[in-house]
This record gives sequence, structure tokens and C-alpha cells, in this order.
Amino acid sequence: MAQAPHAPQEPTEGSKPRRGRVGVRVVGRPDSLEQRLYLPEVLRGLGVTMRHFFANVVGRKYTVTVQYPEEKAPYPERFRGLHRLMHREDGSVRCVACMLCPTACPAHCITIVAEDTGDGKEKRPKIFEIDELRCVVCGLCVEACPCDAIRMDTGRHAPAVVHRGDAILGKVDLLKLGGPSQATQGGKGATWREEQ
Amino acid sequence: MLEFLIEHTWLQALIKMALLILAFVMPLASLSTWAERRQSAMMQDRLGPNRAELRLGSIELRLWGILHFVADALKMVFKEDVVPARANRFLFGLAPILAIAPVIITFAIIPFGSDLCVGHAFEVLRDPASMCTSTIPLQVARIDQGFLFYFALASLAVYGTTLAGWASYNKWSLLGGLRASSQMMSYEVTMGLSLMGAFLIYGTLEPHAMVLAQGPTPSSWGIVTQPLAFFIFLTAAIAETKRAPFDLPEGEPEIIGYFVEYSGMRFGIFFLAEFVETIFLAAVVTTVFLGGWQVPWLYPDGFHLMGWTLELPHLAVVLIQLVVWSLKIIVLCWLQLLIRWTLPRFRPDQLMRLGWKQLLPASLINIVVTAGVVLARSGGR
Repeated sequence: MAQAPHAPQEPTEGSKPRRGRVGVRVVGRPDSLEQRLYLPEVLRGLGVTMRHFFANVVGRKYTVTVQYPEEKAPYPERFRGLHRLMHREDGSVRCVACMLCPTACPAHCITIVAEDTGDGKEKRPKIFEIDELRCVVCGLCVEACPCDAIRMDTGRHAPAVVHRGDAILGKVDLLKLGGPSQATQGGKGATWREEQ
Repeated sequence: MLEFLIEHTWLQALIKMALLILAFVMPLASLSTWAERRQSAMMQDRLGPNRAELRLGSIELRLWGILHFVADALKMVFKEDVVPARANRFLFGLAPILAIAPVIITFAIIPFGSDLCVGHAFEVLRDPASMCTSTIPLQVARIDQGFLFYFALASLAVYGTTLAGWASYNKWSLLGGLRASSQMMSYEVTMGLSLMGAFLIYGTLEPHAMVLAQGPTPSSWGIVTQPLAFFIFLTAAIAETKRAPFDLPEGEPEIIGYFVEYSGMRFGIFFLAEFVETIFLAAVVTTVFLGGWQVPWLYPDGFHLMGWTLELPHLAVVLIQLVVWSLKIIVLCWLQLLIRWTLPRFRPDQLMRLGWKQLLPASLINIVVTAGVVLARSGGR
């Protein structure tokens, strides 16, 4: 009974699986002379590895390695990376210091100290700090933000730092990573229904 | 100078041994540590270590990662040398030496080229028998016992592994040492018996005479006349080197082996010994089964193939033989690495069954059949 070593045997009378139950694959012991000699299978195995070896040496045919620092595997579009703060048209920060993101943050990594802009309407953050070492990269701050001020779409990892303090990004750093946002901001205030 | 060398064979032997070990075996063994990792990577669709580089000013030498073995050696040398508190310090230190010394010594019997004919380096040797009065053999020690010397010293290597296991004062390394000694002793029997057929055919135990007897025609090489012995010997000898699929004495990833307690360069020596054994095995297989330094159809005066002749000076012939001999060994080392990274490890009971119940009877049958054929050919005398 010469058989391929890994071919499933037809279930015999006694072990025939009944409908609705988990099927059992009966694998026989290697009985044929060819299998018990071991040598043909060894040579076949060597053939497989040799094929891979030569194909990879000559043309890197099967290799899948990504040489990390030089090449990078592309991240998915919605990958959450380092935070950034978006700009208004005039380049100032879009954040209005509403405190929704530090409230939503489960790791308490966002610190905001608000200050008055002086225009009688809005606040702005005097201090906006994110401790990237505490951040759990959940993205809840982005979800919470009503102003499209904070985003995590830089595609960058939290940086490797020598001192823990260096991992705390301030407002200036975060704004440097940011750019202008097209989202409408300001709105019409609480009276928008009446104006319609 | 040359006369002095010819007279003082001990000086010749020293120089040849130094050249063979320092210029061929050790570089090849160090390269094998790199080749093993790169080759296994290539076989497994990875890239392997390729980042060690040498910076000379603005030049960056990467050389496909070959420099990794330099980095490895540096690491091993500077690592802390830990000796377990209750270990037997003397035997603990002796074991790695006992593991590597026999293999290096046995290289003495391997012929790596035909005899150098002093004074005729740039002439075509038309009649070697009368022209060569003084020769320098390209073999360190031409002793009549030849392969018996090899078998005797190979069994000494068992002490290295067993002592390493015992002297470490660690139950697991002791068990590993016992596994190693049982495996090596079992397979030595088969190893010796599998070569017996070749001894019968060539009528000698001396490696150089065996190479001469095989001649430059590949159809009379050992692999053609003794194909079964080739496979049996290769299997048994790979088991003797304790490398996968026979690596159960050490089993780096999970089962613990005889050199667990070794660190730094002491471990490095065991590691190196394994690769030197690999090269030595390749050298023995080349000598017995692949015609040694013989190049197909290359006679002492040049190539002769089907009436076509190309005459070559003596030195060129010897150089071609040296290169081909090295190539044969490198290819066999490559083959061993291929086997090592293809086959899964045996269980101890499978190992013993393969050794005693399959390889040993097969090698005995091989001896009987070969003896019968040799007897019939010699006309029953």
C-alpha cells in the first residue's frame, strides 16, 4: 500500500464518522517499504529546501524579510501614531481647551491649562502636554475632540528617548507635527435653530 | 632550504599541519558559523544576519554579513567565564580541549594534494616514476594505519562530551553527556564497518594510497563502487558530529545538553569543535568516496579525455588538485548544513533503532557482498 505520507486515509468501517459529529482522520503508520527506508522522503525534503535555497540566493524569490530601518512596511490608513495638533487658517491652534480629551483619556496622559484668548468668545490652551509614555494609543481623545484639533494620523511611533521627560510633547512640538485642517470650526452658536 | 625541508620531515609536518589548520580548517570552520546562519535563513525564506559591517573611514564593508563571525568571536572572548561552584574545575577545563583536539589531530592523515615533485615545478611530468626522486607529500602524516588512527582518535572525542556533562555538576548536563556517549559509541561501530568495504576494494587503510587507487576517473571513485557504504557512512558520521537530525545530546532549543554550564570561549570551543568535525567528515568522505584530491581526467602530466590532451606543468596540476579538493569539501559542508536544516530531530529510541537495527546490518551486508565481489574478481585466490 504505497501512499503519499500525508494523504488522509479513507475512514475504515469501524471509525467511520457519523453525520453531525467531528470527523476523525485516521493516519496510518508508515507501512510501505519506501516510507520505512526513509531515504526517498529525506531526498524529497532536501529537494524542497535546496529549491528554496537556490531561488533565494539567486533572486530572493521567496524571502519576505523587510529590512526595517531602510525599508518600512506601509501602515494601514487608520493607524494611530504620535499625536499632533491641527492649525487654524492663521496658523494658531484649533484647540479651544474644552477639556474633552483629558476627560476621555483613560491613561490621563493629556494635561491642558486653559487661558483666555481675549476676543471675548473662546479659550485656548496655555499648556497642552501629552505624555507619550503614558499614552495607550486608544484614540479616544481624537474621538472626543469636537474641533478636529487633535489627531493621531502622523504614522509615527512614540520616539525612543533617554530621559522620561523627553517623551512629554508640549504644544509647540505637537503643532509642529500638525497642519491646517479643513473642518468648519466656530459654528453659529446656540442660536442656529432660530436662524434656520 | 628545500633540501633541509626534505631531510627534516618533522619540520615539514609541522609546517603542513599549521598551513592546513590555520589556512584552511579554521577559516572554513569560522565561515561555517556564518554559512550555517545565512544558509538556514535562505532555506527558510529569511535573510539571516547581514548587518555586521566594517567601517574604514568612509568605506563600509558589509560582505553579506560574513563579518558576523568576527563579532561572534569577540563576544565569546569577552564574555564572563562562569564555572559552576561545585564543578570539577580541572575536568571542566579539560573537556572542551578533549572535544576539539582529536578532530584537529586526525586532520594529519588527510591527503590534500598529490606529492610535490621537488625541482620539477614548472615542467610537465611525463614520467613521474623516474623524474621524481625527492618529493614532498601533501599530507601531514602518511601512516600505514591511516583510518585506524582516525577511528582511535574519534573515540577519544567521546571523553570530551562525557566529561563536560559530568564535570559541570548538573544533572541535566550529565544526562546530555550520557546521551552523547551512547550515541557516539553506537554510531562508531557502524562508521568503522561501513568503511570496511572500501578498505577491501582499495586494499589499504592509508588515505593517500586510497586516493591513488581511485584514480582520476570518476567511475572508479568510492561513491560508484560503494554507494551503500557512502550513505551509511554519511549518516553515521553526521550522528557522530552530534548535529541535527542527531542533535539530541545537546538539543539547543529545549532538551538540555552536556554543555549547558559552559559560557564564553569554553562554549565557543565546543561550538567550533562541531564545525571542525563537520569539515573533517567532509574531508573523510572526499578521501574515501569522492577521489580525494583527484580531479576528473587530470593525470600528473595534464588532462586526458577521449584522446584529447592538455599538458600542464606540475605546479599547475597540484594547484588545480588543491582547489578541487577544497571545493569538494566546501560542497560537502554545504550538503551537511542542508541536511541539518532540513530533517527534524530523532528520538533516542529511534536513534538507537536506526543505528543498531538498520545501519549496522546494512553495513555488514555491504561488507559481505563487497568481500564476495572482490574475491570473485581476484579469481578466488
